[in-house]
Amino acid sequence: MNLPILSLITFLPLAGAVLLIFIHRDRKNLLRFLSLGIAIITFIFSLTLYFNFNDQIPDPQFVEKADWLGYGINYHIGIDGISLFLILLTTFLMPIIILSSWTYIQKRVKEYLIFMLILQTGIIGVFVALNLFLFYVFWEAMLIPMYFLIGVWGGPRRIYATLKYVLFTMFGSLLMLVAIFFLYSMYYKATGVYSFNLFDYYNLILNPNIQIWLFLAFALSFAIKIPLFPFHTWLPDAHVEAPTGASVILAAVLLKMGAYGFLRFALPLFPDAVMKFLPYLAALSLIGIIYGGLMALIQKDAKSLVAYSSISHMGLIMLAIFALNTEAMEGAIYQMLNHGLSTGALFLIVGILYERSHTRMINDYGGVSKQMPVFSAFFLICMLSSVGLPGLNGFIGEILCIFGIFKANKLLAILGISTVILAAGYLLWMFQRIMQGPIKNEKILSFKDINKREIGYLVPIVIMMFWMGIYPKPFLSKMESSVTHLLNRVNKREIYFTKSQKDKDFLLEIEPKTTEEKNEEKEDKFR
Amino acid sequence: MTEIFWLIPFIPAASTLILAVFGKKLPKKYVSFQACFAVFASFVISAISAVGLLQTAHGNYPLVKNLFSWIQAGSFQVNLSLMFDPLSAVMALVVSGVGFIIHVYSVGYMADDEGYTRYFTYLNLFTFSMLILVMASNLVLMFVGWEGVGLCSYLLIGFWFEKHSAANAGKKAFIVNRIGDTGFLLGILFIFIHIGSAEFTAINEAISGGAISVGLATLIAILLFVGATGKSAQIPLYVWLPDAMEGPTPVSALIHAATMVTAGVYMVCRMNLLYTLSETAAQVVALVGAITAVYAATMALTQNDIKRVLAYSTISQIGYMFIGCGVGAYAAGMFHLYTHAFFKSLLFLAAGSIMHALSGEINMKKMGGLRKYLPLTYPTFLIGAIAIAGVPFFSGFFSKDAILTRAFAQGQYSAFYYFIWGLGIMGAVLTALYMFRLVFLTFHGEERLDPEVKKHIHESPKVMTIPLVILAFFSVGAGYIGLPVVLGKKLNFFGKFLEPVIKEVKEVHLSIQTEWMLIAIATFVAFLGIFIAYVFYIRSPLIPRNLATRFPTIYKLMFNKYYVDEIYNAVFVKPTIKWSKIIYDNFDLKVIDGAVNGTATATGFAGKILSYFQSGLIKDYGLIFLLGVIIFLAYLLF
Amino acid sequence: MIPTNYFLILSVVLFVLGAIAFFVKRDLVTQFMSIEIMLNAANLAFITLARSANSADGQIIVFFIITVAAAEAAIGLAIILLIFRQKKTIKSEDIKLMKG
Repeated sequence: MNLPILSLITFLPLAGAVLLIFIHRDRKNLLRFLSLGIAIITFIFSLTLYFNFNDQIPDPQFVEKADWLGYGINYHIGIDGISLFLILLTTFLMPIIILSSWTYIQKRVKEYLIFMLILQTGIIGVFVALNLFLFYVFWEAMLIPMYFLIGVWGGPRRIYATLKYVLFTMFGSLLMLVAIFFLYSMYYKATGVYSFNLFDYYNLILNPNIQIWLFLAFALSFAIKIPLFPFHTWLPDAHVEAPTGASVILAAVLLKMGAYGFLRFALPLFPDAVMKFLPYLAALSLIGIIYGGLMALIQKDAKSLVAYSSISHMGLIMLAIFALNTEAMEGAIYQMLNHGLSTGALFLIVGILYERSHTRMINDYGGVSKQMPVFSAFFLICMLSSVGLPGLNGFIGEILCIFGIFKANKLLAILGISTVILAAGYLLWMFQRIMQGPIKNEKILSFKDINKREIGYLVPIVIMMFWMGIYPKPFLSKMESSVTHLLNRVNKREIYFTKSQKDKDFLLEIEPKTTEEKNEEKEDKFR
Repeated sequence: MTEIFWLIPFIPAASTLILAVFGKKLPKKYVSFQACFAVFASFVISAISAVGLLQTAHGNYPLVKNLFSWIQAGSFQVNLSLMFDPLSAVMALVVSGVGFIIHVYSVGYMADDEGYTRYFTYLNLFTFSMLILVMASNLVLMFVGWEGVGLCSYLLIGFWFEKHSAANAGKKAFIVNRIGDTGFLLGILFIFIHIGSAEFTAINEAISGGAISVGLATLIAILLFVGATGKSAQIPLYVWLPDAMEGPTPVSALIHAATMVTAGVYMVCRMNLLYTLSETAAQVVALVGAITAVYAATMALTQNDIKRVLAYSTISQIGYMFIGCGVGAYAAGMFHLYTHAFFKSLLFLAAGSIMHALSGEINMKKMGGLRKYLPLTYPTFLIGAIAIAGVPFFSGFFSKDAILTRAFAQGQYSAFYYFIWGLGIMGAVLTALYMFRLVFLTFHGEERLDPEVKKHIHESPKVMTIPLVILAFFSVGAGYIGLPVVLGKKLNFFGKFLEPVIKEVKEVHLSIQTEWMLIAIATFVAFLGIFIAYVFYIRSPLIPRNLATRFPTIYKLMFNKYYVDEIYNAVFVKPTIKWSKIIYDNFDLKVIDGAVNGTATATGFAGKILSYFQSGLIKDYGLIFLLGVIIFLAYLLF
Repeated sequence: MIPTNYFLILSVVLFVLGAIAFFVKRDLVTQFMSIEIMLNAANLAFITLARSANSADGQIIVFFIITVAAAEAAIGLAIILLIFRQKKTIKSEDIKLMKG
């Protein structure tokens, strides 16, 4: 393909944001339609990725490489079966988010939309970057729009929430930066070549003792993003204060970045350290599952409840990733998409309610179903998707995760399965308190059922929920080879764990490049 | 014709979809027509396929239709495939047949409800899920149906969600079922890990091939049975079913009596090889069933809510089905399931008819003497009561006798089974007793109606009474396809039909005299129960009151359902909430967030201290600068 | 020929005078002048050493400093003038906008 499709998808939203700058701030509808158009075009472009993606090739596809700053800092992007779907999820949700903010955001519409589009570029950039420097740039760049989205359009405690969010994330990512530069210097020492290329680093075989520190630096950064227990407290605050659109993107996509980071960086780069920390990480994930569920049970704020449910769900995803087998890994990736859809949808739903009554407290509602029957149906479906009801998407992910975990460790699976009960508990209870029972107060009597725009953005989500629950093959088949490849990479190196004889050396060995890679390099030079 | 059997579940599914999307715009008449027709079409195809099964040679079972490969990830391969064998056939016929009758009845019962379309959407969705459950060719797909019916149960119990009690009951049903379902899911996972497939054929092959040790079989069987106790409302997870009576009465008849709650029995029968392999698991099943049968019957004795009595009765009767499965009489268990579907749905529908007549009254204390007002409901209800009580020549007698005979026969191997049989007989007395208590209190004796209610009393419309008559007919006649073995093996048509699926390993023989004796005992206990009820509630109504005052503790215990709801609440629900709150307030907010905010405060504090050096005075800066230069120079020079 | 040391000593004396004046005096204009004196002391040292080492580098730097000092004087005085207009004072103790 000659068209740099991946760059196009990545930077189209940014270009759109630049375009929006030149439009007068009072022409709100023009701004909205324009940004919606950009988001939809981006989505359509990203669909071509799916259709042209070859599921037989485990290595990155649609690769683009260009010199940037030198010293190994290249513009190097590409996707595999893991990042493909996360990009699709992002581009799929963005039009929905813009639609959901149509009337919700009234002040500074222009800036809101610009930040949203910039955010999208940042997110896609994180998922496509194959150069660690580039990755880090996107990883940090994404924080800026998010900071403003929460800090400007958020609720009363928005400044606290947004600072907490940014500082938490920065703290983690700085350690990661140090680790990246450490890898960089080691690669230079070993080969005399400057490189930030992820695939060059994959060939490094590091001393397990040094791996531990590097892994911890990476893992902390990702664990905060996920968030793993006990680094989770920024999440409820950020969610509660954020405007609906930001909540959706935060829950649906940003949290996945942590898990993605584990899959792309932490696991394959430091396999020996992973083996060492596996029990602890699994324990933290498990605690997260149960802890998040229990905390969700007692939340009074609907958004906070969904936020804690995210912690619980992400715990299951991480536990599945740490099971290190194909079923669990595919389940985890699938569950990431599910969680993106169902939790995103739940935030949209809370947003719809908030737009009508300007309160997020569960106790201020009651009997809403009577006033809003159509809305009630959507709420029910999204809730059930999050609960993991068979026939909807959540089930496929959950059963694969639990099956994989079960294969790895029966006890963990038995404890992890408690999420099934807890999720039913807190979500059904929330549904009951908000939607069922007698109509609680007069304010609810004035609620109007959802309008065409709102139906318009909920329907695609619901369709996807059914599709992914009934016919998951198009998704699973595309990720299979990438997942097996990744697992091979992690498991192949296990043997070196016992070979930590040369404690003083940072670097044990460097794998010879395969002929294919060499050929590729030649081609690069030729170009 | 049998090739189209896979359409059976999808006709109601299509109907559900149409109703869910366009329901609002469709006229009421069309909605009910479509909903009923879809179920009827399923019934017709089931019947055709079942006849087809009869004609094919035994070796050709089961019919399997692989629709597409559903989940495929590593070694986790699950197909979306349906199958049709005698066991599925029985269930499909019951579900679609009884389901159709209840759909029709609902047309009348729900006529004035504003959620009419929603009701039929849910009901069709239920039929679809239930048919998937019984026709799934693997455990995972079965689990889909299993949870699907749970969802419909949730939706239909909470159908009148404006009532707190209904919303609560729906939620309770779903969560309690989920607890059972986790056990079920774990069982599936164990099977998948050890056999590598969840297809029933593969599982059965593996079990017969000895791929599974007895210990593992016990574990799996008990885990699966945990799921069954949830769905089929057995001890200890039965608590949701009585509350489930908050739903519309036809729903109670269809879901909470005839079909969904028997899914556990179906599952155990489907996995019969597993339970045959593990005797411990089978004994657990039998014991839980027997205890539940008696325990639930005692609770039914004291309830005044007509639907709750029937709910406890359902729990008790399902206990009998599990006794059947546990003692190895799977066919008899299925047979009881099948007869029970008719007479219990009849009883529920008749109860619905009573409620309809009495403007929604459900308290038996405010009924009595209804016989003359409800000329059609009374005889049909009576037939149902006689059938469930186990009076000879009615369907319930044949099926219950088959179970108890087998339990007694198993006594040859272990005295344990005599105990089970004893409990069964005890339950039989109680069944007859509480059923006729219900009949006498409702239809006989003095009238205790509210005058306001009495003004509007009327027999139900035809669309409701005709289903009653049909069900009454089957409540009598359904038993004749499974006559006792003592009359000749050929006459047990039902058992023979199921034979290819249910492999009865242990042959048990009883002498003809013993069999006749057992029949006599069963007959005797049925009449005994009826007689006691007659004495208590017609002849001298003071006796039960005296008993209640003489043994207040026992009465209170039974009346309050042994306080199990309260105990569960105090032991599981409340502490969870309480401790979550404590952890949230103290750990999440204070420890973790405290650490985070503490770090922030400490950083701020350090900044404040350092800021003293920044006086804003240019001379201070100059001085510091000068000092720096001097130190630097000193370092360079010395 | 006057010895090089004399020039250097003069430069040091000028620098120290400037530094003392900077710390002793209170108004900004005087302080500013003392900074100029210090700059010129440095200039003197540069040019002396350049002459004795017989290299042009030092002289170039001196020209450089003179131009920068001229620009600086213009801007600095402008700033002081603005401060005076706003605050009606040019006492350096009264001006501490940058206090942390």
